[in-house]
Amino acid sequence: MEKTKINITDEVAIHISDMNKWFGNFHVLRDINLEVRRGERIVVCGPSGSGKSTLIRCINRLEEHQKGSIIVDGTELTTDLKNIDKIRSEVGMVFQHFNLFPHLTTLENCTLAPMWVRETPEKEATEIAMEMLEKVKIPEQAHKYPGQLSGGQQQRVAIARSLCMKPRIMLFDEVTSALDPEMIKEVLDTMIQLAEEGMTMICVTHEMGFARQVADRVIFMDDGQIVEQNEPEEFFKNPKSDRTKLFLSQVLGH
Amino acid sequence: MMTKIAFVRKKEIPPSAPPITEVGLIGWLRQNLFSSWLNSILTVLSVYFIVIILWDFIPWAYGGHWNTKSLRECLDLDPDVACFSVLTARWKQLLFGLYPAEEYWRPTLTFIFLLLAIVPILFPKFFRFFWFSIIYPGLAVWLLWGGSFWSISIIYVGLTLGALFFLTLIRQYLKNYMIAVILAFLFTSVFFLFISNPLVDLLNVILPISLPFVESLKMGGFTLSLIVGVTGIVASFPIGILLALGRQSNLPVIKMICVGFIEFIRGVPLITLLFVASVLLNYFLPPGTNFDIVLRVVIMVTLFSAAYMAEVIRGGLAGLPLGQHEASASLGLTYWQSQRLIIMPQALKISIPGIVNTFIGLFKDTTLVSIISLRDPVGLASTIRADQKWNGIYWELYVAIGLMFFIFCWGMSQYSQYLERKLKTDK
Repeated sequence: MEKTKINITDEVAIHISDMNKWFGNFHVLRDINLEVRRGERIVVCGPSGSGKSTLIRCINRLEEHQKGSIIVDGTELTTDLKNIDKIRSEVGMVFQHFNLFPHLTTLENCTLAPMWVRETPEKEATEIAMEMLEKVKIPEQAHKYPGQLSGGQQQRVAIARSLCMKPRIMLFDEVTSALDPEMIKEVLDTMIQLAEEGMTMICVTHEMGFARQVADRVIFMDDGQIVEQNEPEEFFKNPKSDRTKLFLSQVLGH
Repeated sequence: MMTKIAFVRKKEIPPSAPPITEVGLIGWLRQNLFSSWLNSILTVLSVYFIVIILWDFIPWAYGGHWNTKSLRECLDLDPDVACFSVLTARWKQLLFGLYPAEEYWRPTLTFIFLLLAIVPILFPKFFRFFWFSIIYPGLAVWLLWGGSFWSISIIYVGLTLGALFFLTLIRQYLKNYMIAVILAFLFTSVFFLFISNPLVDLLNVILPISLPFVESLKMGGFTLSLIVGVTGIVASFPIGILLALGRQSNLPVIKMICVGFIEFIRGVPLITLLFVASVLLNYFLPPGTNFDIVLRVVIMVTLFSAAYMAEVIRGGLAGLPLGQHEASASLGLTYWQSQRLIIMPQALKISIPGIVNTFIGLFKDTTLVSIISLRDPVGLASTIRADQKWNGIYWELYVAIGLMFFIFCWGMSQYSQYLERKLKTDK
């Protein structure tokens, strides 16, 4: 596939400067500086416990940072609940364990947030939801409950649920890690499709093939710091730091 | 010699029916009653015990006397069978307590309306009749206690006006919920303090609708059990939800108040609270205040079961994965939206057995009011046995009272099982 880079604009989508976070005494994120442009697709990788999930969870305030600043779409994340809810409604997130609402059907999962947060009329919300479910290729499951779907299907519903809010940024937190091998592809295909449409994406993932194929930039983290970042081609061919080399040899080696 | 590892299936095996001994009645008996020697012995023993109990009970109950004048007469006729005549003579008292006989239609009607009022709550397809469930509490109070129709309906009028006032404020003038709530509260208070009384007087003159007043001490029997039980159940549920949420709150003051309340109420026996309600409250209230005894008991019972309810619901909340909170937050839902749409529906579903357990416990605990000399069925049983004619009767009275309670509690239990089946979404 020919990677399209025309999509990246000069507009800053996310601006993180000197951001620090602690869990109790544990310094989990240290001096993070990161600027994400609109349309950029970023893959964050690194060993477990390196803080990569925590980093993207800070972007929609599922975790609170203690120092530095995070500005999303021009709005700074502070303790102001109104700002937080606004940013959350603009930033979609997909989780490792899907986190679908088990008491609602697939369709209701998708229409709930638009109806309550955006106050979209039910009819319109349903239309959007069906459109998104078609996009992730499971419109026929609309009236089933999440518990009746396979893992891969659930994760695609979760992506559709986020898309229904028409987000400007999507965060993916190890979305294929909990899936059986034969279901990983269907989820990655959906993400690739999104990437091609120019969605601003930050993906925490171990899928290096995916990184190679769609990322504009790969970020490697270890011990709460950004150790190395580069274009994927360079990143995989000529890693500069020893830690990156070690990590890549472990991930790609088998 | 090595065995061959390679294998390729050449012939498909079609699915076939299970052996005849594993299905149908025979299969069921084998699996459930005679699966092993021990199991078979237990089955035979159980059947034996059931038979000998019924062997005595059925003739005792079936041949019982219903129309004698006293226990003495029963014993003279046949001492080996039940003497249900006590029920024939006193059933009205067991149902209505000391309620005036010519007004029995009022508690009866209240009970029939109760059945109608809970239908929209229990079965969503009748939800369009929910307005009746809203009207019902006022209607029930008016029917049971009587007095002027207007003094009850004015409460509804006041609350409706307050709610309308609040909605208008929010829709048109104000963005801040807190200020709107306070203003609406002030508005409602002004209405009740200055406007409602003259209005009621006026309406009483124009169109007097009223029922003879019946005082609380006349309430008794199952009427009283249902008044206390149903009010307690309905009121303790929302309070319990709020307490459970409060206990999980990030705000230390709210959390402390809720934890303190729950731990205090749970740590004190209900009997103690009832004594406080019946005796002590009078010392604290200004002399001459007439704070209705039934209302006091209802409040205590409600608070008591709200504390238990809070803990049951907290269990349900704890059973939810953190991911549910995160997913609803990541979609931009506010705290209350996510509680209402995502968290509570699931937490309450998990807690159904515990919630119904608490309801059943509360309903049976209403018999404790006999200790503070209110005349619930158990209290009335003592009164009846104090009568010379029925002195010495035990089984017949308590079997009847037990049966009545059993019908209500079993109904609640059946409904909870129905609800669990209905809300099951993973299959």
